Order: sequence, then C-alpha cells, then structure tokens
Amino acid sequence: MSLLERLKAGLNKTRTQITSILGSEGSFDDDFYSALEDALISADIGVELSTNIIDGLKERIRRDKIATAPEAYEAMKALLVEQLQVHRLDEDFPPKPWVILVVGVNGVGKTTTIGKIAHELRGKGKSVMLGAVDTFRAGAIEQLRIWAERTGSEFIAQHDGADAASVAFDAMEAARARNVDVLILDTAGRLHNKINLMNEIEKILRVIRRNTPHAPNEILLVVDATTGQNAMKQVAVFNDVLGITGLVITKLDGTAKGGVALALAKTYRLPIKKIGVGEGIDDLQDFNAPTYIEAMFGYLTENSAQAV
Amino acid sequence: MFEELSHRFDAIFNRLRGHGKLSEDNIAEAVRDVKRALLEADVNYRVVKKFTAAVQEKALGAEVLQSITPGQQFVKIVHNELTQLMGGNERPLKLHANRMNVVVLAGLQGSGKTTACAKLALYFRKQGHQPLLVAADTQRPAAIDQLETLGKALGIPVYADRGKKTLQVVEGALSRARSEGSSLVIIDTAGRLHIDIEMMGELKEICNAARPDEIFFVADAMTGQDAVNVAEQFYHEIHFTGSILTKMDGDARGGAALSILDVTGVPIQFVGVGEKSDALEVFHPERMASRILGMGDIVSLVERAQETFDAEKSRSLEKKIRKNIFTLQDFLEQLRQIKKMGPIGDLLAMIPGVGRAVQEAEIDNSALTKIEAIICSMTVIERDKPQIIDGNRKKRIAAGSGTLVQDINKLLKQFDSMKLMMKRMNKIAGKRGHAAALRSLAP
Repeated sequence: MSLLERLKAGLNKTRTQITSILGSEGSFDDDFYSALEDALISADIGVELSTNIIDGLKERIRRDKIATAPEAYEAMKALLVEQLQVHRLDEDFPPKPWVILVVGVNGVGKTTTIGKIAHELRGKGKSVMLGAVDTFRAGAIEQLRIWAERTGSEFIAQHDGADAASVAFDAMEAARARNVDVLILDTAGRLHNKINLMNEIEKILRVIRRNTPHAPNEILLVVDATTGQNAMKQVAVFNDVLGITGLVITKLDGTAKGGVALALAKTYRLPIKKIGVGEGIDDLQDFNAPTYIEAMFGYLTENSAQAV
Repeated sequence: MFEELSHRFDAIFNRLRGHGKLSEDNIAEAVRDVKRALLEADVNYRVVKKFTAAVQEKALGAEVLQSITPGQQFVKIVHNELTQLMGGNERPLKLHANRMNVVVLAGLQGSGKTTACAKLALYFRKQGHQPLLVAADTQRPAAIDQLETLGKALGIPVYADRGKKTLQVVEGALSRARSEGSSLVIIDTAGRLHIDIEMMGELKEICNAARPDEIFFVADAMTGQDAVNVAEQFYHEIHFTGSILTKMDGDARGGAALSILDVTGVPIQFVGVGEKSDALEVFHPERMASRILGMGDIVSLVERAQETFDAEKSRSLEKKIRKNIFTLQDFLEQLRQIKKMGPIGDLLAMIPGVGRAVQEAEIDNSALTKIEAIICSMTVIERDKPQIIDGNRKKRIAAGSGTLVQDINKLLKQFDSMKLMMKRMNKIAGKRGHAAALRSLAP
C-alpha cells in the first residue's frame, strides 16, 4: 500500500464529508462556509486556523472569480499546503555521532518511533546506537532493548530509576568510543506542564552538550495525531525549553485527521520530519505536504464521481 | 484539570454579569463564545452544536431575560447542561463483595491502560479487594514487564504467561484467580486501533471469555475531535460500561471527556491525574462541572484533606496550638501535610470564588518549597526558639537554603504574627470555645 492509500484508508470519513459539501452544486453561501468550517474543525485544525483558512478561501474565490466547487476545493487545498511549507534541512551525518534526542508527552509512541527510525537508518547502512534515557516508566528499557535487537542496533542502558542524565552521558561517551554513526536517545514521556520533568529534560540536554557541543543534531518532538488542540501547548513548551528541530506525527493510521499538524507547522514554523502510519516496522514515512493534504481530504473529482 | 476551559467560561460570564439586563443579542454573543471555548477545548463539533443549541433555547426563555441577575441565571443554565453532558447522575460500579469480579481495560495505543490497571488495583485494594493483575497485552514489546514491575512495586500479584496466546493468558489468569480466591481480576489488553478489525475481534473474544463485570474504555484527555469516532467504535464492539480518562494532570482542556460521554452515554468513572500509582480519582460530574465553571469544589477539597491528613498529628498539633508551644518545626510539618494534598493551585481552585482570581497570580508550590528549605536549614534549637536567630545565623540560613536574608526575615515575621493570632484565639477560646474564637477572627 502506498502512503497515500494507507493514509486514505483511515481518513474516509472526512473525505466524504468534505466532498459532500464541495461536490454539491450550490452557491458559496454562509451554509457552505459554515459546513466547510465544521469539516476543518473536525479535522483538529483548530478554530482560529480554520477561520483563517475560510477567510483566505473567500478572498481567493472573489479574487480568482472561482465559480465551481472543484475549483474552490483546489484553492482550499493549496491554502492548506501553504500552511505546511516549512524549510527543511537536509540530513547528512558529518559529525559523528549524529545525535537524535526524542521527546514528547506520555504515550505518543516515542519508543516505537525510535525503533522505526533505527530500522530505516540500519537499512541505509548506518551504525546505530539506542540509549535508554527513559528510566522512569516500568518496562521502557526492556521495550527499547527489544527494538535494538530487532534492528541490530547497539544498546546502552542502566537500570530502572537510574538518573536519566547520567544514562544520556554514558550513551554519548559510548557512541563516541564505538564510533557509531547515529545515537538515538529515548526519553521518558513527560507532560509539558510538569516543571520538574521539564527541568530534567533541560539537564539531559546540558549533559549531552557537555562533551559534544554540536549535539544533539536533532531534537524531535513526537506528537500523537489523535491529539487535539493541546498539541499546540506541547510544542510551545518543548520548543521553549529545548529548541525543537522537527516534529514526528504518529498514529496517522487511525481515523484522526492529524489536522493539528497544520496548526503546529503554521504557528511554530517547524518541519514535520516523519509520520507514523502503522504498527509495522516500515510504517514510518517522510512527510510531504501535498500528499498529506491530499490524504486528509482526498481527490474531489474521484470521490464526487463515485458519489454521482 | 479543565483549567483552560474554566478560564474561558469565567471571562464569558464576567462579561455577562456586567449587564443589568440581557438582550437576545447579549445571549447570542455569549453562546457564540461558549461554542468557541468548547471547540478549543476539543469537544467534538457535533456535541458543541447540540450543547449550545440547548443553552440558547433555555437562556432565551423568560427566566433569564426577566431575572434581576440574568448573568447568574445564564451560568446556572450552562452548569446544568454541563452536568448533564458530563453524565448527569453517577452510577455505582457493578462490583460484588462476595464473589470474584472481572474488569477489562481497553483503548488505543498509548492511552495509559497499563498504568491505569495498576492504579485501579491499588484503588480497589484500599477498598478491601484482593486484586490480580493480568498481562494480556501480548503485542507491545515489554508490556508484560511493565505490568510486572508495577505489580511488584505495589505488592499486587501479576499473572503473565509469555509466549501464550492472549485468550490462553486470560483463561489461565481466571483459573488462578479462582484457586487463590482473588476478588478482582484486572485484565490489561493491548492497545488497538478501533478500525483494526482483527484486533477488535480479539478484544471481543477476550470479553466473551472473561465475562467482565465492568469494561473500562481508557482514553487520553488530550484526544482531539477523533475521540467520538474511537469511542463510538469501541462501544459498538464491546459495549464498555465506563471510561477512564487519563493524563488529566496535563493542561489539556479535556473536551474529549464530554464528547465520549455524549456519543456513548457511558459515564466516566475515573480520571488519572499523575504518573504515580495512587494518582487516580473518582469522577464526579456535578463537581467537575462546578470546577469548570469556577464555582469551586469544596466537597473534593474536604475529602482530599481527610485522606491525606494524619489524624494523630493533627490532634497533637491542636494541643500545641492551645498551649502556645507551636514551633517552626510544627509549622514545617503542617506545610508538608498541605503539600501532600497536591499542588496548591489545585487546592485553591476547589474553593468557591477563590479559584480563578488566585490562579491569575500563578501560585505554585515554589513558595512552600522555599519556606521548607529555609526551615530545613535551621538547627533544631533555632526551630524551637526562633528569637535566637541573629544576623549571622540569618546569613547562614539564607546561604544554606539558597534564599536571601529578606526571605528569612519575612518568614520569621509571618511566624510571629501567626503565633500572636493563635494566642488571641486561645484567649477567646478559653471563654467561648474554639469555634467561636475562629468566628471572631473572621473579618
């Protein structure tokens, strides 16, 4: 299954909703716009951004003298894609080790994402080491160890309840000593409003930088696609404390529309580095804005043709 | 919990209260604001529409428009509707005292099922049950380890059988529970997508085999608009009997809770409010609606105080106050008891009228922590006789606690006036009893 198909499989509901609004022959009246707004809000795009998009669409319909629903639909998709355009840095791994710090709130899929990233990098012939900096959650170390085994990555851990920063330090030292290409650090899930836990992650960052000033090369915030508007706060706080370099949106294989990604990219100008679209080890994909929007709302022509 | 939402409501109500009389336009505007607040709190847009339509209809009735305090009337309507939305009346759990009970937890990946299992086990053990935890999540790597670790920490037995199929695990667990006389079997299942036909089928089989008395749907409080689809589908497949809302200690606006209730009609039974195993609270719709609307929740506050306060200590403290031998050491112990009750902001939010105003000032526990640090940097003698603390001692205490001499002065002054007040109270109490003394101190 292609990414598009995979994404589309779960997103059928919104698509029919949008296409039923846009596919119908009608004027662009208040009912039309309010139905469209509902559709955007139901995709977790948020009230504010939805209102902005609707305003922008009205403007374009007027400016470009758009008369048909399919044209309006294309205009709206173009608007949405614009929200997602963020300059993306290329990844090559000159400094060794290339260090990726993975953070996020509880239960978003950090460890699983790390397993998938490791798998992808191993496939590219890179040597990978996983560092179990999550010493808090019961079973977290074991979970990461299993991923290390599956992907043929090296593995550094202490014991449950060990000082997280000291594990990060150990992992940094080991990665340098063993000359691995990429070190990925798994951290404990932390709610962004817990001051102590945010202080802890800041300390982990300091420790990583102590002997390797260029590290971490990536600080990825993992966001669950089913999350609603709270994702905005997650990004705000983590970005403030750590300086996030990119986002990973997980669990897009459900029926969540992942619209919050739009609001995130728009507000914080952060690139979406990866998207998780399934439980399989290969189900981590590169992000592509037009494909994402296409998957969110589908091809109007194709669907309205079916509807007719 | 729901802070953000209650904040928004507060602003809306304040605007309304400013009017002596409400016009239909005023109400329409307020309803629009309520709608937006709910949407931003991730309440599903269909639920929001229904909710605001109901509020609008009732608010436009004569009761509000003709009332002398129309703002107050409007708040009352929203409160009633919100309580309704949150599940109206509470439903007691269907657990039996004299036989083995079975509880199954299900939900999406990462919603917090395993943690919730441990919390439930601890909660019900406190109620006199003998729980057995069952590691029936055979999917996620190390899920079994996680439950075993939690069980070990709590001293609660965990049934696991690595390499076996889920159903075999469940059956094995049930027969062990029977033979050991466990009164409550709590089954942790793998996280699954509601659209995963195969996995949902497995969940149904688990429920058929285990014949649970309660099935809890575990949902993340941060879930967005999709919460309704997930809940609907799970409900359709397994007819869960209650929900557990997790990660409520975050700053999520918790709208998912309202959506899940509305589409399934199944009450929320528990909320998870922290990472520790005792961070589980029973959900009360009425109280929660009050808290969201900034009306306080004194019942929960008293309950929390009773739970955490050590009765023995309280009695000895009272004695000391009466004899006026209350020292800084006692003060420190009292502070620690208050801290045990949870973040001070949370506590204040439960007091009617106080909540919002104080939260504006962003009270956090750091003030208490500071006082704690200062007293801990004092010697035992200093704590007993603070009058011996001179300039040099102050400098030492400040250095030791990472504070300034001014902070020490402030604390000592506060402590002095506190003792003075106690003395006054004792004098009055000598004649009229303590309750009267308290009344006379009230402004």
